[in-house]
Amino acid sequence: MARNPVTWLGSPTFPKAAKEALQDTQLRQNLRKATGTIRGRREAAVAEMTDWEQLRVAGEQIKDDVLARLDTLLVQLEESVTARGGVVHWARDAEEANRIVLDLCRAEQADEVVKVKSMATAEIGLNEALEAGGVHAIETDLAELIVQLGDDRPSHILVPAIHRNRSEIREIFQRRMGVEVSDEPADLAEAARVYLREKFLTTRVAISGANFAVADTGSIVVLESEGNGRMCLTLPETLITVMGIEKLVPTWQDLEVFLQLLPRSSTAERMNPYTSVWTGVTPGDGPQRFHLVLIDNGRTATLTDSVGRQALRCIRCSACLNVCPVYERTGGKSYGSVYPGPIGAILTPQLVGDLHDPQAASLPFASSLCGACFEVCPVRIDIPSVLTHLRAEVVEAKGRTAESVAMAAAAWMFREASRYEKAQKAGSLARFLARDGKITSLPWPGSKWTSSRDVPAPPAESFRAWWRKNRG
Amino acid sequence: MASAREEILQRIRDAKVPPARPVVRGYDRTGPGGVELFAERVADYRAIVHTVTSVPDALKALAGKRIVAPQGVPHEWLIDGVTWLREPLSIEELDRADGVLTGCAVAIADTGTIVLDGGEAQGRRALTLLPDYHLCVVRVDQIAASVPEALQRLEPTRPLTFISGPSATSDIELNRVEGVHGPRTLEVLIV
Ligand code: SF4
Repeated sequence: MARNPVTWLGSPTFPKAAKEALQDTQLRQNLRKATGTIRGRREAAVAEMTDWEQLRVAGEQIKDDVLARLDTLLVQLEESVTARGGVVHWARDAEEANRIVLDLCRAEQADEVVKVKSMATAEIGLNEALEAGGVHAIETDLAELIVQLGDDRPSHILVPAIHRNRSEIREIFQRRMGVEVSDEPADLAEAARVYLREKFLTTRVAISGANFAVADTGSIVVLESEGNGRMCLTLPETLITVMGIEKLVPTWQDLEVFLQLLPRSSTAERMNPYTSVWTGVTPGDGPQRFHLVLIDNGRTATLTDSVGRQALRCIRCSACLNVCPVYERTGGKSYGSVYPGPIGAILTPQLVGDLHDPQAASLPFASSLCGACFEVCPVRIDIPSVLTHLRAEVVEAKGRTAESVAMAAAAWMFREASRYEKAQKAGSLARFLARDGKITSLPWPGSKWTSSRDVPAPPAESFRAWWRKNRG
Repeated sequence: MASAREEILQRIRDAKVPPARPVVRGYDRTGPGGVELFAERVADYRAIVHTVTSVPDALKALAGKRIVAPQGVPHEWLIDGVTWLREPLSIEELDRADGVLTGCAVAIADTGTIVLDGGEAQGRRALTLLPDYHLCVVRVDQIAASVPEALQRLEPTRPLTFISGPSATSDIELNRVEGVHGPRTLEVLIV
């Protein structure tokens, strides 16, 4: 079987990548500023809701119900989409999904397609596969465009270019668009508008993801801010939507929960500027050909794990990234996957499904287990519990190799703020992380943790308290 | 060889996920609602809001402009002095228009959202996307208090667009900046 492109080929293990990232002070500054801003705003947006906890519980329960009835609901979705003139395709893995999309583009004789940001297509490496097949995919989301024009990789679920500040973005735009532009965000946005306008008006095929699909009506839902989504979903003749099989909700009414949870958790708004809902094909309005590609790519394997499957509740809001102390310091690219941060640490290794893949197996150790991610997660994914569960599985599979010892020690260190800070101040953190397998020379008893196969006890409250005080 | 569909469905069944607990909807399905709240929340997105008694009077500000008017716009809105663009319109014509005037299907007080469903006075989705200025008339009786109330009033299989303020992005240092690809100016008239 082909490797799962959810992790980037050749990525170092998390401890190694983190070591490099920790030396990049510009990156740390950019991230600290951006996540600091969004943390505060999310908290205010949530505080306004008196029924937030009840919404979270409902969100969790609806998604659990989806996972319990996934086969029936998918068949129902297929029926409702087909009844409204759409065509449904199924793909076992990334390769199969990419082939389906490429064939659809070829059938339309399209050598260029416009894309609205979608995690699913990033996960399967669709752009690269299309390019190899002679179809150029143009990213239209501002942050994706920054990543694409910068020949870069994404570092955040919602804002893939979060690691770039305005002057870096200005430099990329000037170089790639050949225009003079200031570093004012409004001017940068204007430059993107002008750059993409003609593409929107002339491209005949669009590719999107989906935030939700409603099984009983066949309606697909996309939330966005800029209007690039509306452009892609409205103007082209053909629309191809790629989504993970878990993105369902059973009924239209269930959306009332997620349309409240998602915007506040992701962009900290009462509502994002635009949400589009369409059901199959509407004569006289929008694309007249609609294809829905349902992808598995490791999801059914994840479903078999009774602890790990809750990761499939994720609605990709990115709140867990924004509150994560490890993410803030190491940046998203250290995780070597389109899914970084706490959700990436539990979802990526499960989608890869190979405990002997050293990079994927290192991800569950990329956490301090402080518990902040669970507190903010709108669908109440108990990320710390899944992390400890996956760590145990990795240790079980690998035995006590030098590598697993190093990762366990890294995890141990991330757990305590004081250790972490001390190590960072002394500059020894970077040194420590470089030393896979040379743990014995280090001044702390990392071996204590690894001498038993027991998983570490979840969060030391002290870290949480410390984090609140210092960064919250 | 089994088809991808059969194989995926079989793998799901093999995972034997136990039935879930029933969903408890303990959250509020209503809300305080009201015109004031709606107006305040729309304004929070830096959209322009007015409460008016006569739509035609309010439209006088459009004089001299080329404005798209979808099918079903009430006759009295089509005042003299404005060049009204009517369907069929090409993408180029829409792109060159100064703005678009519509009604809406539902509005949401709690979130300051307007929802279009392609029905009367709203037109197909491209009409409210390409012009850089969108003027939307909301009747008081169209304002639902909460998101749940609004969804209940909508027909899900129609093409729906939920609009909360003008086009914006948070992609540069996570600050909201208005105006990317959708209309950069949103004006709401509450009658
Ligand atoms: S795990 Fe939860 S908090 Fe993190 S992205 Fe998914 S839904 Fe959001």
